[in-house]
Amino acid sequence: MEQLLQQVASGLANGAIYALLALALVMIFVSTNHINFAQGEMAMFSAFVCWQLLNWGYPFWVALPATMLFSFIIGVLIERIILRPLHTAPLLSVVVVFIGLLAIFHSLAGAIWTHTVKPFPSPFPNFTFAGSGIIGPHQIGMIVVAVGMLALLFCFFRFTPLGLAMRAAALNATSARLVGINVDWMLALGWGLAATVGSVAGVLVAPVVYLEPNMMAGILLYGFAGALVGGISSPGGAVAGGFIVGVLENMVAYLGNMLERATGFYLIGNGEKLTVALIIVITVLTLKPSGLFGRVTVKRV
Amino acid sequence: MATTMTTETPANGGAAAETVPLSGLRRPVSKWIWLGVIFAALLPLIGGQTGLISNFYFLQLSLMIVYSIAVLGLNLLIGFNGQISLGHGAFFAVGAYVTAILIDRYEMHYLATLPPAMFVCFVIGYLFGRPALRLEGHYLALATFALAIAVPQFLKYRHFEPFTHGVQGINIFKPDPPFGMPLSPDQWLYLVVLACAIVMFIVARNIVQSRMGRAMMAIRDQPLAADTMGINSARTKSITFGISALYVGLAGALHAIIFEFVSPDSFRFELSIAILVGAVIGGIATLSGAVIGGFFVQFIEKYADALTKWVTSTVHLPIHLEPWTIYGIVLIVLMYTMPMGIAGGLASLWRKIRPPG
Repeated sequence: MEQLLQQVASGLANGAIYALLALALVMIFVSTNHINFAQGEMAMFSAFVCWQLLNWGYPFWVALPATMLFSFIIGVLIERIILRPLHTAPLLSVVVVFIGLLAIFHSLAGAIWTHTVKPFPSPFPNFTFAGSGIIGPHQIGMIVVAVGMLALLFCFFRFTPLGLAMRAAALNATSARLVGINVDWMLALGWGLAATVGSVAGVLVAPVVYLEPNMMAGILLYGFAGALVGGISSPGGAVAGGFIVGVLENMVAYLGNMLERATGFYLIGNGEKLTVALIIVITVLTLKPSGLFGRVTVKRV
Repeated sequence: MATTMTTETPANGGAAAETVPLSGLRRPVSKWIWLGVIFAALLPLIGGQTGLISNFYFLQLSLMIVYSIAVLGLNLLIGFNGQISLGHGAFFAVGAYVTAILIDRYEMHYLATLPPAMFVCFVIGYLFGRPALRLEGHYLALATFALAIAVPQFLKYRHFEPFTHGVQGINIFKPDPPFGMPLSPDQWLYLVVLACAIVMFIVARNIVQSRMGRAMMAIRDQPLAADTMGINSARTKSITFGISALYVGLAGALHAIIFEFVSPDSFRFELSIAILVGAVIGGIATLSGAVIGGFFVQFIEKYADALTKWVTSTVHLPIHLEPWTIYGIVLIVLMYTMPMGIAGGLASLWRKIRPPG
């Protein structure tokens, strides 16, 4: 029983990361209809930047905001410089440009910081408490920071004029323009915010998976799975989906482990995590492409 | 190395200048292409026997042709049917593994392993294409992206280990040329690969110019109109996916034979991307673009390292750039300047500067 609780807890902690990444993906998808395949590598790059700042001796709670600001600027620049000219380009061009970005971030991180695996210190104090057998302090920290971040974003989009303008720009660009919203800058801001959210995910997950240029590939896959499960057009759904796939991932490994202990037959375990994500992605896409909370898109012909 | 290239490029540029958008129309194969093919086939006799071209370069040429076949397969899917796949490295891996397992475990003749490899890839591609039909554009890209990332891990699955040898991979040996031909194994395999490529290019050309090919292009351009004209778009799309996987699977099988080794980590995400990049750079929706694309993939793999070192030292960068940085930049710049790829870009350039009349 305790083991099951442990698995659920660590599933929720991973789920927090997936939720952040899924949210970043959805924010870009809702406003521009693009799936950002470079999201994971951008988050990885931000984690490296944070590591560099820590290495230079800055305390974590200075390094993190600095990293977030850096990611925000990078996100805005990417939208303004690279994606702006592609607004009416065919889908293939957009996908290829994202793949190009992925390659650039991946290889730049390798070139600047080398491919050796680096430990990343956890920013949260190590203390013991009643439930410490079930959940570790870093896991709690992951969940708290992620949920706090989500709450902030929710308030930003719900209660500030700027958030309202951004939602308007994403929902209906033409009408938004008519009421005087600068839609182009709203899209760039959205990109910046998505990059910021992604950078927090990267920094939080770095102590768990260790720092190296390949660290985000599998995590991004789960981020995709989360976004799809929740519905790629629904931000709230993406967050829920992230937590769902996080728990699901650990449950599958746990059940596979139980099965092996009971029958001696190895079916599935930690080595098949990516395959599980692939199966989730394909199942959702085939059975319910709009996800659990997404709206069904009807195409007018 | 550039021999097959030089004959292909002008032939395409000239042919595309006459009938631009309807690449499905029947037109004769230019005699320059045939001359180039004959020259390429005689290369082991001319260059190999005189020692002008070493076995190493024959291996490079073979790899280039292999990637051309893979790029051609992806071209059929993306360029002619409008479905985007980021995961064709998976089918490359399946083809390579089928061949390697059949040679290693069942001691089959290496040529006899090619049809099963192609068949398995066709079936898997068809089955993957079937549910993927409901997916359009982004969603298909997403599903295939997931496929590409999951493949190496899938190949290490514990119950496949008796066949795949897990992370260690499978070693196979290069076959000797038959009938005591005076060729080295590399030269012989070069001829085998070239023959396969010629057959596959002719088949692709015939597919594109057939009823099936027109249906593929109709679905790409006007899905709704294609449906109302009575084209079974579900069937056409999944068969195209299967054919495309078959091409890439054959390329994988040939790669396993000439490379003498397969392992899960040779089929990482980068491979899928390399094939996609080859297709985009060569030019989608042109068959000859696949040759340029295959050349580019192999060239990048082989010489990008030297190129980046040269760039790093000339510009005096403080860090050692990696090839993929340049890869990414080339890709993005190309999407702005020549969205139809190098072959398409040259063709449209030719149309612009061609003297009138």
